[in-house]
Amino acid sequence: MASRKHLYNPGAILKGLSITFGFMFRKRPTIEYPSRKKQHSPRFHGLHELRRYADGKERCIGCELCSSVCPANAITVIGAENSPDDRRSPGERYAARYEIDELRCIFCGMCEEACPTDAIVLTPRFEMADYRRGSFIYDKDRLLVPPDAGVGMPPDDRPGGIPGDLGRVAEIKSTTDIDSGYGATWRGEILKNQHEGLAILKNPEADK
Amino acid sequence: MPLWLEVLIKSVILLFVVVTSFAYAMLAERKILGWMQLRPGPNRVGPWGLLQPAADAAKLILKEDLMPETADPLLYKLAPFISLLTAFGVYAIIPFGASASGQTWAIGNVNAGILLILAIGSLGVYGICLGGWASGSKYPLLGSVRSTAQMISYELAMSLSFVGVLVLAGTTSLDGIVNAQARWWFVLPQFVGCIIYVITAVAETNRAPFDLVEAETELVAGFHTEYSGLRFGLFFIAEYVNMLTVSCIATLLFFGGWNAPLHLTFIPGVAWFVIKVVCFMFFYMWLRATLPRLRYDRLMAFGWKVLLPLATLNLVVTAVVVAYTG
Amino acid sequence: MIAFWVLAAILIASAVWTIAAKKPVYSVVALLLNFATLAVLYVTLSAEFLAVIQIIVYSGAILVLFVFVIALLGSGVAPFPTGPNRLPKIWLPAGIFTLAAFGFLIYAVSTVKMAAAPATGAVGNADVFGSVADFGKALFTVQLLPFEATGLVLMVAVIGVITLGGEQMSDAEAQQSRMRADRAVREAILREGKG
Repeated sequence: MASRKHLYNPGAILKGLSITFGFMFRKRPTIEYPSRKKQHSPRFHGLHELRRYADGKERCIGCELCSSVCPANAITVIGAENSPDDRRSPGERYAARYEIDELRCIFCGMCEEACPTDAIVLTPRFEMADYRRGSFIYDKDRLLVPPDAGVGMPPDDRPGGIPGDLGRVAEIKSTTDIDSGYGATWRGEILKNQHEGLAILKNPEADK
Repeated sequence: MPLWLEVLIKSVILLFVVVTSFAYAMLAERKILGWMQLRPGPNRVGPWGLLQPAADAAKLILKEDLMPETADPLLYKLAPFISLLTAFGVYAIIPFGASASGQTWAIGNVNAGILLILAIGSLGVYGICLGGWASGSKYPLLGSVRSTAQMISYELAMSLSFVGVLVLAGTTSLDGIVNAQARWWFVLPQFVGCIIYVITAVAETNRAPFDLVEAETELVAGFHTEYSGLRFGLFFIAEYVNMLTVSCIATLLFFGGWNAPLHLTFIPGVAWFVIKVVCFMFFYMWLRATLPRLRYDRLMAFGWKVLLPLATLNLVVTAVVVAYTG
Repeated sequence: MIAFWVLAAILIASAVWTIAAKKPVYSVVALLLNFATLAVLYVTLSAEFLAVIQIIVYSGAILVLFVFVIALLGSGVAPFPTGPNRLPKIWLPAGIFTLAAFGFLIYAVSTVKMAAAPATGAVGNADVFGSVADFGKALFTVQLLPFEATGLVLMVAVIGVITLGGEQMSDAEAQQSRMRADRAVREAILREGKG
């Protein structure tokens, strides 16, 4: 019996005991989740959001490109014509209904890429747990940014918006650090462009 | 003060102390296991999780008391109480310290103290084996059959490791044994006996690495698989109180009881006793975090072919030495 | 004295329960109660060493083995088929014999002049009747011969058990005995068929 050597080997037992004793004083990797949160990459794909322009108009023009590109068939869009006295979006059409089944969604971000007006974006929000399956079908009321909450701004920069959920992007270390890496990331680049676009939207004269 | 009143007051105090130590031993075990596995351990209830035992107690009391249809009702209900009774019964004779005048702090001071502890301890197996049998279910039955074989096998070596100490001390009363260790703790002359006792004590309390009785990977939860709620809680209390008991006995027999080491007598004897017991409790938790469970046949082989001959040899050598020098 | 009568009553009741219980496990539990009561009875007679040994040996070891065996055998209500009740035929002679025996016992006890009971100190004191030291001295001086003889008898029993139970059959022998058993079964079946 080869293992008898190990079974009756007090040295091995003492060695094991010393290892476990040493582990007692190691730094523990636990993140105590509800009170402390792990910091995600700014490219994290979480809950969707439908954005607005700075003047409060919806970006979505009801083209249904997101719906057709969605590999999980999670998005349902029903478009409608804008009426002249109540314009919802700058285009001809707007989304009369916009629903995403977040239980079907695989958070791939294809909708975001397909959208011609950057209306649908994935935010870093991920705490969607609920007791009822039905509540995972997010309708337009829940997806659309409220008109008064930093409407035109990207989700990461909105006051009291997403950053509170995740810890500010600024706190992220390494390549995504605000000073060194934040602007260099793929998403950071997009956000920066959007900032510039926003500035143009806010004062159209500055562009000229 | 009449005797019965004195005993009653002592018992109530002791019961409170033992139950409290059980509660915090359980919390300490979860914390220490957590730390050794790089987890924080329970820390949600109260500061540093200090109120966790209260939450556990409330949970166990409020849970439904289930009984399988195939169970034997009388024995199924009786078994946890047998476990608990034998676990607590030992504390009637364990001395915790001595006053300056030599008065021992114990409920009862029995001449055959160490034998009585063995006797009560040997009854503890009934709670487990009757509970397992009465559950009318296969895993508890296997667990209880294992426990029976294991406890009988290791009890022999354990008793023999006691006898070496008894020969040295020349008495079977616990305070006599402690007083005999005023100069040398028996762990020095009885080192082999001490090692054997510590190993067998782990086996007797069914703790890792000898926890085949409730081997989760094979037997679900062993003998208490079918138990729930308060009855499960009683088994749980019994396990920890037994752990406390074997720590107390190790302290009394091998580590000088309430005798202070290196003449550090400014710390009272009771405190020394508690410190030593706490060290032992920590050691058992440490073992649990370190060693994997033995295979059943190796457990038996180890008990009969290694521990028992070693304990016998230890006894014979001790007896010969005492006969020639004493 | 009250303690004695109470304990005696429990003893007898548990003994009756032991033989009357339907389930073997209940018998064991009753026997456990019996042993424990007996131990308490020993304590009242200030034979505390005997009491403790009673618990350690009988309750702690032997009875646990009973439970072990019962658990292995399964939880059948009656382990053996109960045969015809033979009690009615022999109850009269048995009763007469028992009564006679009891009568003799009472007569014998009443005629014997009791020696003065040795002084019994408080339970727990050393060097009194029934204490560990006293018991040990008696065992290894006055009673040494019976003690050693008992040990020898037990040793013989252990060797006997090993010889009878631990006998290893060689492969050829095992094969032979299996074939013999098979043949016996076949013949029995054939006989059944004819008869």
